[in-house]
Amino acid sequence: MKSLIISNETIKFLLKRGGSIIFTLIGLSILIFILARILPGDPARMAAGWTAPDWVIEEMRRKLGLDQPLHIQYIRWLSDVLKGDLGFSIYTKRSVTVDVLQYLPKTLELIFVAELFSITGGILLGILAGAFPYRLPDNVVRVMSYIAISMPAFVWAIILQLMFARIIPLFPAGGQLSSHIVPPPRITGSIFIDSIISGRFDALIDCLWHTILPALSLSFGSMMQNARILRMGMTDIKGKDYMVLSDALGLPLRLKIYKYQFRPASIPAITAMGMSIGADLGNAFLVENVYNWPGFSRYGVTAMLNKDLNAIVAVVLVVGIVYAIANFIVDLIILSLDPRIRRMSRSV
Amino acid sequence: MNELVITGRRFRLLSDRFKKFWFKFSRSSLSIIGLIISTTCVILAVLAPYIVPYPEHIEWYIDYDNALRPPNLEHILGTDQYGRDVFSRIIFGMRYSFTLVVVVLSIVIPTGIVLGVLAGYFKDTWFDYLIMRISDTFVAVPPLVMALAIAAVLKPSMINSMIAVSLTWWPWYARLTYSAVSSLKNEYYIIYSEVIGVSKLRVMFVEILPNCIGPILTKATLDVGWVILVGAALSFVGLGAQPPIPDLGTMVAEGAHLLPTTWWVSIFPALTITIIILGFNLLGDGLKDVFTEEKY
Repeated sequence: MKSLIISNETIKFLLKRGGSIIFTLIGLSILIFILARILPGDPARMAAGWTAPDWVIEEMRRKLGLDQPLHIQYIRWLSDVLKGDLGFSIYTKRSVTVDVLQYLPKTLELIFVAELFSITGGILLGILAGAFPYRLPDNVVRVMSYIAISMPAFVWAIILQLMFARIIPLFPAGGQLSSHIVPPPRITGSIFIDSIISGRFDALIDCLWHTILPALSLSFGSMMQNARILRMGMTDIKGKDYMVLSDALGLPLRLKIYKYQFRPASIPAITAMGMSIGADLGNAFLVENVYNWPGFSRYGVTAMLNKDLNAIVAVVLVVGIVYAIANFIVDLIILSLDPRIRRMSRSV
Repeated sequence: MNELVITGRRFRLLSDRFKKFWFKFSRSSLSIIGLIISTTCVILAVLAPYIVPYPEHIEWYIDYDNALRPPNLEHILGTDQYGRDVFSRIIFGMRYSFTLVVVVLSIVIPTGIVLGVLAGYFKDTWFDYLIMRISDTFVAVPPLVMALAIAAVLKPSMINSMIAVSLTWWPWYARLTYSAVSSLKNEYYIIYSEVIGVSKLRVMFVEILPNCIGPILTKATLDVGWVILVGAALSFVGLGAQPPIPDLGTMVAEGAHLLPTTWWVSIFPALTITIIILGFNLLGDGLKDVFTEEKY
């Protein structure tokens, strides 16, 4: 990290990125607000229930502020959101904020493990393929990557569950903790962190055991995508003059591969990893369903199937925020790796 | 006579270009495999009513005597819990998937192109900012989540999942065209044609647009697979086409309850989705190689 020089330009670049993120999030909030209000379906009727008499619906409409003009509704809603109040969930009969705090950490830990798999696997396979292009490892990786990328995450989930949980019962088929394990005391909501804090290593290991299959199903596509992009960058570099020179100088293979091929080629791969967090967030909606994972995405799907508008809006907004933060972190990493972008931000 | 000669010459020119294209494209065997897979899928889907062995099994049909039969000679991919032939339903499922793709892409590509060209041509005006900020907003959430949310707000059905996917997909085309157009905008031939007084619309759509067609075509090919994926994902969680319709995603979801003993009910539709995506990915990558090569 020593190369991250905090110059004025860097700060300016970061402020600009941060500003555009906030701008996008405001846009997103307007978009989902419009979606939730203008599209067919009467929120008051949904809140009151389908069989409610008309006067109850009128009462509900007044209570929810739906008789106000749209822009006032938006401002009210936004100020509530900024205060941390995402409304009331019709389905869970609780505040949506409480639901989000309960379910989000569980999805984040799943995605964290999935990204861990996809980044380490992607880097290893990418280096292997990129260091020996058009030879056996490269061809194997290429064929694998076509299959892995084409197979949707929920298909991976079903197939892995069938193979390694049902036919060969190596892993549990679903859930986050076995039923005989007492969950660790709730501190952050993430079972990983909670069990480490409270020293419950049986829960930690059990939870990790449950995480492996869903995380693998989530990670295969992005893993091979990362490998492919890394491989492409590395083979492009292999033809450069300085690689010919380093061959002629007889530099050790490890130095050549790591310092001259991998480092420059890793930048587009890291951008792709940022994008893959987005793909994971989306695919988690299906994978959590297959594995009965008690996470945010399953909560989102349940909310969607039950037309729980406040929860749907919250889910989209939170996913947008998580995605934006992830991309901001990726930008930071790239900024610290690539001096050219630091310099470019000077001219922007 | 003269006209005939010109038409003939044009034809020769076109066929030469096609031959060159085909030469480059067919160098990669993966592209050929992709072409074969994707055309086979399209042909099967188009001819579905004429080739499936049990066309009456597509929607409501119950025959408990033959329920959950493993793959055999009569039902090559087995039967599901109502005794319906899985193979016939898969072929019809492909038909629905391709319908979704055709509808979505024919809404999304023209919209995206027009908005992208306009925004790119009027770069740094209010129109550019407006269009690009709106598309940023749509892209701020992964497409699958956005499509799920829109489909959830609407009523789950085939048409509404088309609407949901289209609403999430147009920004990608707008952004692609935008970046291509804004980089071409300052080329000399564009400036010349502006100077000699060619109308703005003609500059945008006749002079600039044909030069962006390569990447757009590549993206469209790759997107066939991805649109099918999102459509299947929507119906997989129950927000897309509803059960009697043989949608591939619905079939996977219905069959998932029957795992592991009767695996064929869900695994075959799942593999079909994979094969379609694989075919179009290979084809799209082949096209991408040809088009990027032509550029340099």
